[in-house]
Amino acid sequence: MFNQHPSASPHRPTCAFKLTSTATFKKLSLFVGSALISAMSLAAPSTSEINTTGLAVSDSTVKVGILHSVTGTMAISETGSVQAEKLAIEQINAAGGVLGRKIEAIQEDGASDWPTFAEKSKKLLVNDKVAAVFGCWTSASRKAVLPVFEQYNGMLYYPTFYEGLEQSPNVIYTGQEATQQILAGIDWVVKEKGAKTFYLLGSDYIWPRTSNKIARKHIEKLGLSVVGEEYYPLGHTQFNSVINKIKLKKPDVIYAIVVGGSNVAFYKQLKAAGIELNKQTLLTISVTEDEIQGIGGENIAGAYAAMKYFQSLDNDNNKAFVKAFKEKWGANVVIGDVTQAAYLGPWLWKAAVEKAGSFDIDKIKKASPDIELKTAPEGYVKIHPNHHLWSKTRIGLAQPDGQYKVVYETKDLMEPNPFPAGYQ
Amino acid sequence: MFGDYSTAELMSIFAMQGFAGLSLFSVFVLMALGLAIIFGQMGVINMAHGEFMILGAYITYLVSNLFSNYLPSLFSAYFFVAMLCAFIAAAALGLLVERVMIRHLYKRPLDTLLATWGLSLIMQQTYRSVFGAREVGVSLPEWMMGSLHPTDSIEIPINGIFVMVLTLFISLAVYYWMYRSRSGGNVRAVVQNRPMAAAVGINTQRVDAFTFALGCGIAGVAGSAFTMIGSTGPTSGQLYIVDTFLVVVFGGASSLLGTIASAFTISQAQSSMEFFMSGSMSKVLTLLAIVIILMLRPQGLFALRMRHH
Repeated sequence: MFNQHPSASPHRPTCAFKLTSTATFKKLSLFVGSALISAMSLAAPSTSEINTTGLAVSDSTVKVGILHSVTGTMAISETGSVQAEKLAIEQINAAGGVLGRKIEAIQEDGASDWPTFAEKSKKLLVNDKVAAVFGCWTSASRKAVLPVFEQYNGMLYYPTFYEGLEQSPNVIYTGQEATQQILAGIDWVVKEKGAKTFYLLGSDYIWPRTSNKIARKHIEKLGLSVVGEEYYPLGHTQFNSVINKIKLKKPDVIYAIVVGGSNVAFYKQLKAAGIELNKQTLLTISVTEDEIQGIGGENIAGAYAAMKYFQSLDNDNNKAFVKAFKEKWGANVVIGDVTQAAYLGPWLWKAAVEKAGSFDIDKIKKASPDIELKTAPEGYVKIHPNHHLWSKTRIGLAQPDGQYKVVYETKDLMEPNPFPAGYQ
Repeated sequence: MFGDYSTAELMSIFAMQGFAGLSLFSVFVLMALGLAIIFGQMGVINMAHGEFMILGAYITYLVSNLFSNYLPSLFSAYFFVAMLCAFIAAAALGLLVERVMIRHLYKRPLDTLLATWGLSLIMQQTYRSVFGAREVGVSLPEWMMGSLHPTDSIEIPINGIFVMVLTLFISLAVYYWMYRSRSGGNVRAVVQNRPMAAAVGINTQRVDAFTFALGCGIAGVAGSAFTMIGSTGPTSGQLYIVDTFLVVVFGGASSLLGTIASAFTISQAQSSMEFFMSGSMSKVLTLLAIVIILMLRPQGLFALRMRHH
């Protein structure tokens, strides 16, 4: 079921130096022998060649949009994404920009309100003529802006893990779709913990419901059983009844997709009710290091999370990323899965622009499939033709200090499959 | 549903479920009490009630940091100091708000609704600017997070017991103040007939300010207590506001006894339904029942007959 990831193409050492436009190549050939990035910026191609549709690209700058909620209830979650995108843009600029142009970010506030997201995305595309937008967090906000991006032909880099069931030529999904987070996680818990019975729990909206549907299908395909499945309204703060039901059913695994403020209530009450997570296996796909700050590490220690990224990942890319992130945003800040995915957005866009040799949206769309990023903090990623990323699934064990310890990662990259046959 | 379980298992589950219902009841009473005082005694609909609660939660967060940094030996007792500070801070802010804003709007109840809603937005954004948009984690003393084991299979959360005792204490204190003290008598006099109360020498303005501050202060204590069971973020107050209004309106706005009865009815209905069906469905049925009852009895469960000023 897990598709093998094709080996990385050897002829493309780094995306930054890949030249496809002959015009660019001629100009650059003046500087034969010099492969320095500074040389590239001197040889920036003329704006009329690389921007034929009137985007906000000048000889020295290119404008992009950042569209997240910095006010309202979603600001809790989206703050990390804004920080990651700003960091990536700053780093790209420090390394010479994109096609010799410095990125200028225009930030708009979606204010946790979906019509506002649509309105602001229209403003970014129509008035500001930005070359790309990095933004949105909830599926509801993405669904609200999608028609705008398709009508005015913009490019959206969307960072959140989500339920799948969508594929737009105007969106690059840098987070996981549901199967990439769920299947390997359940396989792991079955193999490692000998789990036979599952209790599915979620907040009541599209992502947890779709995800649990996939989880249930997968569990049943493995010949195991789901002993309970329940949803609570967003913002629900009283979980004592469901905790009693869990005690009655005694599942091997609690599979929890609770989000937002409810998360804090759920884990605190679980602990208070005497359910010890080092004895009762709990697997979640909704709690990143960001959420643990609110929950408190001591209240969730022992739980497992299936993600593609944890701040504790031990590789050089990630160490550099964590260091830069903390230098820019403070030593106490934590980095969750979505924050890392948001960080990939500007880099993937830069790679696509350079591969296309143009800022034109249609050329970026065409160039995006098969773009790879070897510098990603999560490791190697690659864009699939369906505009999602190939990425690994990892299992983390929550520690009392609020970090995860990585206990497992899939050997191969998981193929993104936003419309999984047999799971609908 | 229960075929596979032994009687002993079922007994312990029902005991724990019974406790869950009582614990939800005390949470409802605690969060509604402050609102009920302000709404019932003054007719002011305080939309910023949730934000006053979160003020209490943030104060608890600050006090817990203070203790863990400077007085680690006393950390296990910090919560009582935190609740006191939460009460004082929320009451002081309530007093300020009443003097600056609310008192100019007493004759325009709908405007107080808008004004306090605006106040709630201002407070949310202030929390966001001061404490950051992310939720903060309030660390609790270890003894508050465990559970009691009266038998092998029954586990009673200690924080649930704590909230119950606190609710009982505050309810009794409010009752005593309202019905046994002179200043409580003044408040009731102003509610029943403002010009007459003024005529016998009661400073009605001072009574108003005091009542509003007290309601806000109790909200602050509630918020402080809820750091044990819920989240502390700029918009966390919104999680409580709907249930709070539900309890107060269903109980009959002007009666504290009604608030308690209504909290009991709603919490028992909700927690027993949650046990037999899914969380969302039980919420739907609870709300539906409340809508039908309010259609038949718009004044709520208990209504005092009183002269309106």
